[in-house]
Parts: sequence; C-alpha cells; structure tokens
Amino acid sequence: MAFIEIENVTHTYGGQAGASATLAVEGLSIKVNEGEFAAVVGPSGCGKSTLMKLATGLQFPQEGSVAVDGRKVDRPVKIAGMAFQNPVMLPWRTVLENIMLPLEIVQPHRSLLREKKAEYVEKAEQLLATVGLKGLGQKFPWQLSGGMQQRASLCRSLIHDPKLLMLDEPFGALDAFTREELWCVIRDLHALKKFTVVLVTHDLREAVFLGDRIFCMSARPGRIIAEREVTFPRPRDLEITYTPTFADVVHELRSQIKSARDPQALDPQALDPQAAGAAA
Amino acid sequence: MTKPLSQRLAPFIFTIGFFILWELGCRLFKVSNFILPAPSVIFAAMQQYAWPLTRNAGHTLWMTMAGFGISIIFGLAIGLLVGSSKLLYAGLNPLLVGFNSIPKVAVVPILVIWFGVGWLPPVLTAFVISFFPIVVNVATGLATIEPETEDVMKALGASRLDIMWKVGIPRSLPYFFGALKVAITLAYVGCVIGEQNASNLGIGNLITRASADFNVPLIFAALIVLAILGVFLVVIVDMIESRTTGWAKRSGFGG
Repeated sequence: MAFIEIENVTHTYGGQAGASATLAVEGLSIKVNEGEFAAVVGPSGCGKSTLMKLATGLQFPQEGSVAVDGRKVDRPVKIAGMAFQNPVMLPWRTVLENIMLPLEIVQPHRSLLREKKAEYVEKAEQLLATVGLKGLGQKFPWQLSGGMQQRASLCRSLIHDPKLLMLDEPFGALDAFTREELWCVIRDLHALKKFTVVLVTHDLREAVFLGDRIFCMSARPGRIIAEREVTFPRPRDLEITYTPTFADVVHELRSQIKSARDPQALDPQALDPQAAGAAA
Repeated sequence: MTKPLSQRLAPFIFTIGFFILWELGCRLFKVSNFILPAPSVIFAAMQQYAWPLTRNAGHTLWMTMAGFGISIIFGLAIGLLVGSSKLLYAGLNPLLVGFNSIPKVAVVPILVIWFGVGWLPPVLTAFVISFFPIVVNVATGLATIEPETEDVMKALGASRLDIMWKVGIPRSLPYFFGALKVAITLAYVGCVIGEQNASNLGIGNLITRASADFNVPLIFAALIVLAILGVFLVVIVDMIESRTTGWAKRSGFGG
C-alpha cells in the first residue's frame, strides 16, 4: 500500500455545489510511496494547494478518499511538516524558538519539552547547521534575508521528524542562486532523513531535479494528466540540470502542461503511454 | 539608539516657546484675564490652588485608571472572543459600532439615574468610552493571522486554544498597545465628562465649580493639569509598549 493514496477525489470550494462553488479538483488520484520524493506541477490555479490541504487533513474530500500512512484522513495528520512560499516565521520569537514551535504542539515532544529542553535545543541547533544557519538561532527572523528565513522555515517543518513533508512552492519567491542552493539543502535532508516529500511547484527544472515521481495536473478542475518517474541516480549533482537528457525530460513535461493549459489541444495520444499505464 | 541633542531638546524648547508666545500675545493685545489668562496668571492660580488641584487631579487619575482597567479586561475578553469567531464577528460588529457611535456625554444622565452622583459615573463613562478601540484592535490582530501560519499549526494538530495562545495573542499585542494609547486618552476624557456632570470630586468637578464662580484662571490651571496628566499617561503606556512589543516596530509588523 502506498504511503499517500488519494483516490478519485472531487472537491469544491464555496458552498456545496452551489452557484458560486468552484470545482477545485475532480477525479484526482495520486499514489506516493513511502520515502519517495513526489513533485506536482501544473498551471496556476490547478488545485495544487487543495491537494496539500487534502493530504494533511486540513480539508476533507467531498467525494473520494484520502489515506496517509495506511489511515483514512479524517483529521489533521500530525505526521506532516509544512513549508510555504511565505516562510511565516513568528516575528516575536527568535529563529530557534520558531523552529521549536512544532515541539510545543506535537506529542510526545509536547510533554517532554520541559524536561528535555537542552536535548531539543541541541537538535534544533544541529538542524540549523545542516541548512547552513549555524549559530543564527538567537537572531529574530526579520533580521534574516528571505532565503535564510526559508531555510529556517524548512527546519521548522522538520524538527518533529515528520514522516511526510509537504512543500507548497517553497522556493518560489527566491532568486535563482538561492533557489538552487536550497534545492541541494532539501535534496540532502531527504537523503539523510528518508521522509516522504510532496513538493508543489511551478518550476519544471526544480521538479525534475528533486523528484522521483512527477505528477502533472490539468487546469481547474485539477486532475492528474500525466505521471512520470524520474530515474536519474541519486545523489544528483546540480550539474545534471545542464545535461541534454535532463533537458529532454523537462521539455516533455512542458509540452504536457502546455496541452493542459489549452484543453482544445488536449490529445490523449500525446500523453506518455507509459505514464498513462502507470496511472491506471 | 541616541537621537541628536537638538531632537532630544526639541519637546522642551517647543513647549516653553509656546507658553512664551502665549504670554507675549496676551500682554501685547491686552487680553482680559476673563477671556484668556496669560500663562503667568495661570501659574499663579496653580500655586494658589495647589492643594485642591493636586487632590482633585489625584482623584481623576484614580478614576481614569479604574475605568481604563475595566475596559482593558472587557476589551481584551470581547476582542479575543470576537476575533476568534467569524460568526461572533459578523453578529456583534453592528452592535458594537452602533454602541460606539452614541456620544458618551448622552449616557452620563442614565448613569446618574442608575448609580447617583459619586465615583461610579466617571469610572463607567471612562470605561464605556475607551473599551471599543481595544475590542476592535484585538479582534483585528486575531482575525488577520496569516492563513499559512494557521495551516502549519493545524496540520500539527494544534487546538484552537493552542493557536490562540501561541500565535493569536502575541500577534495581537502590538494592536492591543496601539489601542491602549488611544484608549487611555479616551478614558481620561470620559472620566472628566463624568466628573463634570455627576461627581463631587475630580478635576472635571473642579472645572464645573470654577466656571460657576467665573474663576477663569483656575479653569485654565485645571486644563493645564489635565494636559500634563494626559501626557504622563501616554508616556507610561508607550514605555510598556516598547518593552513588550519592540519586535513589532523593528520587524515592520502591524500598522
């Protein structure tokens, strides 16, 4: 059984199928295996954020079923860490206190925090060091640059050792160099901790570089129009993003998204038959 | 952080300058003490009535703080309630706005009918006039939590109370202190209005009696005492604010 199983989910916003309701996703099915790095790409407004909320139990599907880690999702999953495009650090807390926020909420850490404070602080400091923020724990988030805040935000999403990491365009607001640095940070963290990742992104290169499996979503109402495995061996070096094979994968995905943006041009024959087979 | 000397001295120089201009104006145009007493006359009155002014000012201060204290408690409670629930926000908003638009002077007679003349009407006037900005600001602070922050918290399994305690309340503190600065002056105004109409003590009452005696210098002396007290109160709130929510100023957070 896959780690995340979203089956035939249909979800609307703005009232129960009323006149103002928007169909966010329709007949959405996704399977992600444990420890896998899944990337979801698609045009704006294709319901990627809905996917995030469904998988973490912030919302429940009106039709279809969502299961994570072998359990039907009927409440917030608690085993997930989340990071967004906006790092949303709490400005009244130091970076270290921000990072330790999940420990104040998730059990068993919540009850142990007082007792084992030193241990947890140590753990947070180590995590900071792995993302290149060594010794900056006592700063306030607003004293850091956008890229540094995003690193801290990643630390916060990982401090409670989640089995699932949900990333909603976390690198979208960063400059190209910082973005590539953070790709490597998340690549290394994934290799180290072996959690399952769902990365929602607009950036095809990002998806191909980081992902084991890529899902392409159609324009609203969102559904999966293609699924592709990326088989570049790990650990991957940034250099592979400049190889022709890499470019071919990106190019192929791009044409699939393009046809998704323009429903008239959508031709089932154009889809990768292998991927269509895998999705079925 | 040290300001240049000129900026530190500016408040004193401008204040003294204001009084010198006032004095000169009064003397130059030979303004009657009955219309606008010169500062020298007012200060003489302040010395002459030093004890009644001090005693009544103390009373006014005490009444203001009492009313302000009540409005902090109620304002916070109602603000947290209204800000944490969209239903309550929608339901209570028109009521609160309607209530707030009643001029509080018009409420004082009712307070007198209910409680008679004494210390209660000034305290209650101070309360009803000053709790509204606290409610609105605290509610705003809570209602504008970033949706992502809420998602992060909820996905971790945080309860509403957790979110309120760890995010909502700290986040609304700068709004709260911003409101306090407005509320303290309003409470003060409310208190003086209450005293003028329904009390036997306090600066407001002193002004009413002085005007019955046509003792204009004493009225002005009382007004200046009010101004000094008002500045004093705002300075205290300012100091508390910068101690507790310095992060908001430096991070460019809030309004």
